[in-house]
Amino acid sequence: MNQKQDYFPEGHAFYSALRRRYLIAGVWQTIFFSALLIAIISLMALLYDVVNGAFGYIAYEYKNDPSEYTSTPISELTKEELLSILKENLSSGAYNKLNNEQPMETRSQGELYVLFLKGLLQVDTKQTWDLTDSLLRGAEIRAEAAEKYPDAQLEFRSWLTPQFLTTPMSSKAEFAGVRTAVLGSLWLVGIAIIFALPVGVGSAVYLQEYAPKNWLTAIIQTNINNLAGVPSIVYGMLGLALFVRTMESITSGAAFGITDSNGRTVLSAGLTMGILVLPLMIINAQEAIKAVPDSLRQAAYGVGATRLQTVWSHVLPNALPGILTGSILAISRTLGETAPLIVVGASTFVTIDPSSPFSKFTALPIQIYNWTTRPQSEFHAIAASAIIVLLVLLLTLNATAILLRNRFQRKY
Amino acid sequence: MDNKNFRQFDLKKKPRGFETVVQGLLFLTGILSIFITVTIVYELGKEAMLFFNDPDVTLIKFFTMTRWQPSIGEYGIVALVSATLTTSFIAILISLPLGLASAIFLSEYASLRVRSILKPVLEILAGIPTVVYGYFALLFVTPILKLIFSGSQMQTYNMLSAGLVMGIMILPLIASMSEDALSAVPRALREGAYAMGATKLETSLQVVVPAALSGIGAAVIVGISRAVGETMIVAIAAGAGPNFSFNPLDAAETMTGHIARISGGDLSYNTIDYTSLFAIALMLFLVTLVLNLISQWVVNRFRERYE
Repeated sequence: MNQKQDYFPEGHAFYSALRRRYLIAGVWQTIFFSALLIAIISLMALLYDVVNGAFGYIAYEYKNDPSEYTSTPISELTKEELLSILKENLSSGAYNKLNNEQPMETRSQGELYVLFLKGLLQVDTKQTWDLTDSLLRGAEIRAEAAEKYPDAQLEFRSWLTPQFLTTPMSSKAEFAGVRTAVLGSLWLVGIAIIFALPVGVGSAVYLQEYAPKNWLTAIIQTNINNLAGVPSIVYGMLGLALFVRTMESITSGAAFGITDSNGRTVLSAGLTMGILVLPLMIINAQEAIKAVPDSLRQAAYGVGATRLQTVWSHVLPNALPGILTGSILAISRTLGETAPLIVVGASTFVTIDPSSPFSKFTALPIQIYNWTTRPQSEFHAIAASAIIVLLVLLLTLNATAILLRNRFQRKY
Repeated sequence: MDNKNFRQFDLKKKPRGFETVVQGLLFLTGILSIFITVTIVYELGKEAMLFFNDPDVTLIKFFTMTRWQPSIGEYGIVALVSATLTTSFIAILISLPLGLASAIFLSEYASLRVRSILKPVLEILAGIPTVVYGYFALLFVTPILKLIFSGSQMQTYNMLSAGLVMGIMILPLIASMSEDALSAVPRALREGAYAMGATKLETSLQVVVPAALSGIGAAVIVGISRAVGETMIVAIAAGAGPNFSFNPLDAAETMTGHIARISGGDLSYNTIDYTSLFAIALMLFLVTLVLNLISQWVVNRFRERYE
């Protein structure tokens, strides 16, 4: 009987044991919740860090004094004045080069102003401060800047400006933008989707609707699951060996009469990305097709439809929202993936918009990587701005995916 | 029954050229994925063979030397593997307890409303590109770590920062896979435990988690595979230069980081630098392949089946 009492305490012992158990339960519940709390805090810290980097004070000097060029305050210069200043003071070679890129007369006042700052005044950034510092220690920063850089001007700057979106890459952080990078990313998405969407949906249709249950189908299925887990940099190596080297005559455009490029083109990178997102595409499309109830297929067969007619007119339309959601996930992946692009050979310094599949290219994440790894803090600031652009793009896409899912979701 | 007329209506035997063609095309797209795998193995293997066929390179050197610099005859992949192991270990050390605890909270404790608020946080974390995590590691976590470890010789680029951030990156993956496994445990098991007088904690830890162990195990293995293959965080924050070290405060380059750095520069084909990258990539591919196969096997082999 003694033994039994050990297992089933009674009276006071019972309640004290119970209290202990509840206490332990409470402690652990707190621990479980703190794990999520840590995740939330990390996310907050990440977003804070990005925003913190993208705004703040900047101290800069002009290498050349503005009064050498004009007597009016430089921020009030009109387009015509800027034009004449540039024409007079830039060397004719530099002026003609700019004129060839885009006729000077057709440029806006803002663009000319940037040229004026860049080419003639030669802005030189001395120091930058992040947002927290700028807000909390404004007076100290002003004193510090006045002492360390007596000639410098201090201003609060948002690195994320409309101009940041519309200007191409530049070697000076103050004038750099993400225009070529965003366009490059869009090209990549386009090429990847043109490849992955039809192939992925076709593959999913085959596996769900046609494939017999045999060893080959099992291998295909396992293989797709494995491909989804292959590190992205390995896809990059595949792209380097296959598209950049082996198929160079096609991907460089040499087969189509383009002679001035090598295989490191947006086409090679886009196809690499297409292969990278294919497993994701197939798995999502399969899920969508699986969710179409069998009764719909039976109804189609019942009125005499062939298998293809059933798939085309009943299965695919009902699976479409799921397939679209999958495509958007694939697009998000393409936009954010960096490693394969480095391997395939994205250029970090491209100032010309990509105009054909055979163009050299850069992409948003490549720029972020490039700017983050530079030592100067002004490049970190534009890296933060580029991250904001990328995250906003991704957020919009994902919101669209959720919206689509809710809008078209049908319950059977 | 007029047999002749009947045969006329046997639509199954009617030749349908278009259908056959489409079915053939669909089959081709279906086996394309196998073709991709074969191409990966072939292309990586071809270049890696060039590397191993170099008379100077031996498998013994490859696996025992502790320095890696192929251009001057140092072929010790261990110098890169050590960094991969260190960063992955830190990442799993962070993401396994946090991810599992988050999963238990979401699946066992959270009410529907709390879940609908907290789950998106994990989804957002999972959707952030890794290059952004790299920025975060180098410009936020590293400065904080430097404050904490100000006494020791901590380097600006270090494996600890990269590993920690990688852990945060993998957390949502482990959390969502584990949560799926936990939610798949039938309600009857929980009700049984409650009927015996178990508290919620005892039910969760002693009944639900063991029942979902195969799914959780698979999640961990997939997490490891993700950590081994992760590139951008380590390329940005862990350091540039192979270094045989297991000290988290040291700078060292992982296998992926090395591929990214070398291939990002000007690389000429048919050099030992070029072919050695493929040897590393082949190793990466095989390691992650084995890990993924194990995780699938674990799920299938140890799954508790409830009818």
